[in-house]
Order: sequence, then C-alpha cells, then structure tokens
Amino acid sequence: MKIRYFAWLRERTGTSEETIELPENVKTTGELMSWLAARDEGYAFAFEQPETIRIAVDQEHVEEDHVLTGTEEVAFFPPMTGG
Amino acid sequence: MANSTTEYTVRVQAEDFDVLAETEILTKGRKDVGAIVTFTGLCRDEGGTLEALELEHYPGMAEAQISKFAQQAVDRWPITGLTIIHRFGKIPPGENIVLVIATSPHRRAAFEAADFLMDFLKTQAPFWKKEHLKDASEGTWVEAKAADDADAARWIEEKAK
Repeated sequence: MKIRYFAWLRERTGTSEETIELPENVKTTGELMSWLAARDEGYAFAFEQPETIRIAVDQEHVEEDHVLTGTEEVAFFPPMTGG
Repeated sequence: MANSTTEYTVRVQAEDFDVLAETEILTKGRKDVGAIVTFTGLCRDEGGTLEALELEHYPGMAEAQISKFAQQAVDRWPITGLTIIHRFGKIPPGENIVLVIATSPHRRAAFEAADFLMDFLKTQAPFWKKEHLKDASEGTWVEAKAADDADAARWIEEKAK
C-alpha cells in the first residue's frame, strides 16, 4: 500500500511517499496512524495530534474509522490552506 | 434553470495565467452571457516581510476535487462558463495564485458560483501554503482558519433549507 505525506507531515516524517506492508491488526485509517506514529520520533511528531490530520484514501477524503480493505493509496495532510 | 451540461475548465499549473485571455475564451462568439465575475487571488506582501509563498499540492487529487466542486457549481447555478486555475510552486508577492471566472446570463449566479468555489478551494482542495519570510531561513506553514470553514459551511446550510 502506498502512503503519501504532504506539507508538515512530509517534513516531520522526512518522507513524501513510501510503500508499506499493512500489518494484519491494522484495519482502519486511525489504526494506521497509531501504527505509523510508533515507528520513530519523526513519525511520532507527525502524528502527535491525529485529530488535526486529514486523510484521503485513493484521493477521496475519509475519516479515521475508514476500513482499509482494497485501498491502494493513503495520504495524510494538514487542513488545507489553498485559494 | 441550472444547466449541468455546461463545460468547465480546471487547471493546476506552475505557470502564471492571463485573466483577460481566459475571460475572452468564455465570452467569445456568445450572446447569452450577461455577467462575468472574475476573482483573482494574489500573493500578498504582508508588510514587506514576505519573500514568497510556496504552494504545495496533491497532484491528481487537486484537479479531481476542484472538478467535483466545479460540477456542483454548474449543477446549482445557471452558469454559461466556468474556468478555475490554481498555481503551485514558489510565488512572490504581487503575483497571481488563483483564478475563478464564472459567466452567466445574470449577475447573482455568477457572483454566487465564484464565491462558492473560492470557499471550497480554500478548505477542500488539497493545497498548502508555506510562508517564506525575508529574514528567516525556514518557512512556516499557514494554519487553516476556522472562519474559512464557516464560509464553506454556509453553502451546505443554505442548500439544506
């Protein structure tokens, strides 16, 4: 599964995109955030306030209870500030 | 009244855009356009402290999200033409960032469609702004404003009435 990070999530994780093997006990986007946060200090810093992070699954906005079955790409980013 | 088959143009690009040329595309050879509303968002100087704004986007999703809201606008208002252009990359003060042009037989629809689209570009399109100041080596990310979310929410409330 491809994971992408944007804006300060990209800077804090030090990664713009990576491919991961989803662990069996990780079923939802919220559980994925917890699993990523436990990897190292940078990821912990990136996901320290998961409630502020926006999630897109296959380029559609979803919530943290979204089930990841069949997902190809997950993206994490801060609230948007375009326009 | 609304004509959901109206075509719209959505572009996400690094290059600048020409407001007059883009407007002409929507009006040339037509006699059914009574109103043109163009909104151009520019990079603001912030009292002379800003070196540039850096706009990051999610390629693919940005175009898809803007197109989704463009379709909602043409479904909701009697629009005859719609063009939305959003730039990415480093943009110095005074330069263009975003363009929305809405044309319609009447002004209200054109104003409202442009206003609606800007509210959703600010809050739902995957773009992030980083401010690079002249006297700082590291830029800071612009934080989302609750007021922008409230602006976007009023279109949903109004529709529900």
